[in-house]
Amino acid sequence: MNIAVCVKQIPDPATPYQLDGENHWVIRPNDQVLDDTDRSGVEIALQLAEATEGTVTLFSMSPSGSLQGIRQALAMGADKAVLIDDETLKGADALTTARVLAAAMTREGFDLVVAGTESTDGYSGVMPQMMSEILDVPCLSFARKVEAGDGSVTIERQTASGYNVVTAPVPALITVTAGIEPRYPTFKGIMQAKSKPVTTFTAADLGVDIESGQTIQSVNPVAARAGGSIVEDDGSAFEAIVELLEQVKVI
Amino acid sequence: MSSGISTWVFAEELEGKPSDGTLELISKARTFGDVSVFYVGAGSDEAWNALGGHGATAVHHLDPGDTLPSGPAAHALAALVTDADVVLFGAGNTDRDVAGRVAAKLGRPVVSNALDVTVDGGIAVHSEILGGTLGITTAITAEKPALVVTRPKAFTAEPTGGSTPPIEVVGLPDAGRANAASVIERHVEASDGPSLEEASVIVSGGRGLGAADKFEMIHELARLLGGAAGSTRAVVDAGWVPYSYQVGQTGKTVKPSVYIACGISGAMQHIVGMKGSATIIAINKDPDAPIFALADLGIVGDVHNVVPQLIEALKARS
Ligand SMILES: Cc1cc2nc3c(=O)[nH]c(=O)nc-3n(C[C@H](O)[C@H](O)[C@H](O)COP(=O)(O)OP(=O)(O)OC[C@H]3O[C@@H](n4cnc5c(N)ncnc54)[C@H](O)[C@@H]3O)c2cc1C
Repeated sequence: MNIAVCVKQIPDPATPYQLDGENHWVIRPNDQVLDDTDRSGVEIALQLAEATEGTVTLFSMSPSGSLQGIRQALAMGADKAVLIDDETLKGADALTTARVLAAAMTREGFDLVVAGTESTDGYSGVMPQMMSEILDVPCLSFARKVEAGDGSVTIERQTASGYNVVTAPVPALITVTAGIEPRYPTFKGIMQAKSKPVTTFTAADLGVDIESGQTIQSVNPVAARAGGSIVEDDGSAFEAIVELLEQVKVI
Repeated sequence: MSSGISTWVFAEELEGKPSDGTLELISKARTFGDVSVFYVGAGSDEAWNALGGHGATAVHHLDPGDTLPSGPAAHALAALVTDADVVLFGAGNTDRDVAGRVAAKLGRPVVSNALDVTVDGGIAVHSEILGGTLGITTAITAEKPALVVTRPKAFTAEPTGGSTPPIEVVGLPDAGRANAASVIERHVEASDGPSLEEASVIVSGGRGLGAADKFEMIHELARLLGGAAGSTRAVVDAGWVPYSYQVGQTGKTVKPSVYIACGISGAMQHIVGMKGSATIIAINKDPDAPIFALADLGIVGDVHNVVPQLIEALKARS
């Protein structure tokens, strides 16, 4: 099974994010890291590819920069990467991203597309579903468990009250939650990642027109909630909780 | 009042009823003008009454049976909303699936995580980005309909006493390969006591509990306070509790009178789901845990000491 995995390079979430003054887009440094939420997708893709003697290709739309985040995913074991790096895609919305990634996948071919449920930096949470429509495939979303066999894929899909088992023939797209524990790259994996093939396209190469139907009008800091009192537990801190619960009339 | 804006609300049936989120969206949408609901599920008179009773003026009903609804629902909805001004979706998983597919079908952007929508002088969406630290207003400049995915509890459900609207049955359309996906099993992972959305007290446990069986004390404390138990995503992913417990950006948004966070660091994705709580109490052994920045009362201590002591103290009172 040939598996296409969407991955995103994002500014290190441990650092404060900054927006450019003109368009209010996140400023992206040269060194970006692999979005943690993509690790589960890479993991499940590797497992399915191992079981079916398939391949894992990463697809990513972002400034390549130092390729740090992409190499992190290659080091886990993915075979190769396809990047769309194009200055004109700066600030692209979810739909443009979906069109670009779908066009690259169509060009390269796939049996199964794997994506996270949402990115850590933008979290619009609709990009994979847009891709599924463009690619004309079923979207098996919010998978906490995935099995593939004999031309089909079956998942446990999280629902508001539990989970459903959902199945579809491939080609299909799945989105995975972080419930699937990712592997750590090995030293060998890290070394091999340096020489794995990385192909780069522009939006024009893929024949995708860029349009945007939304503009950010204003940005304002949200007032932070003020903290209250801090009590160091000396064995009686529970009394402070009881007192507060009484005060707010919960007990 | 009514600005003559026509709004559609996407609704997925939940446990035989429209979800609270659906009723919240209809209540908001009726302040714009007419509200049509696209309802996915088995449907019932009770459901139609609830939709009408909150202000729906028309209902289009698709029963997908065992077909995974998102593909066919998006196909049908995209054809119905071509003349609408706004289409509102909740934050549920199927809502997001359908919103994305409709957007790609119609070639329209989606604005996600909406906390408010205004329609006077063009459609604009207010939301918070970067973990709720910045509020932004986004103008939708694309041709209508404007597609908006909202945050849970962004609006309040208020009954109007309206009557049952006309129900139009929508047949399962052929949405191409998406129709080949089917639901073969349904599992409900029930919890007892009040639901997270309704509880006035929530006791939530995080990875700081250390082990799945330690979650029992979270349940016990919640029971003693007549509340509900919640959790972080970290412990849902670890399989300690079902997803229905998860509070946060990709889980539930809650606004109880009291929220007690036990062994929870306070990651921004968790905070966005609970920062609207009236009183926040946090127990964490790390004095630098970010959760303390928003706690009305922060206890720097070990949950394995503080929580059992609190439980004993509450038991002694009753
Ligand atoms: C796109 C995306 C979406 C997400 N959505 C959500 C979401 O909806 N909800 C959510 O919760 N998270 C979400 N997350 C995950 C989030 O980023 C955090 O990883 C998660 O909230 C951490 O959970 P935690 O606080 O239980 O664990 P940790 O961050 O590991 O914190 C454990 C805490 O317990 C404390 N501790 C340890 N031992 C003890 C002890 N004995 N006594 C007292 N304290 C102790 C530690 O000091 C620490 O602060 C999301 C992440 C991403 C990227």
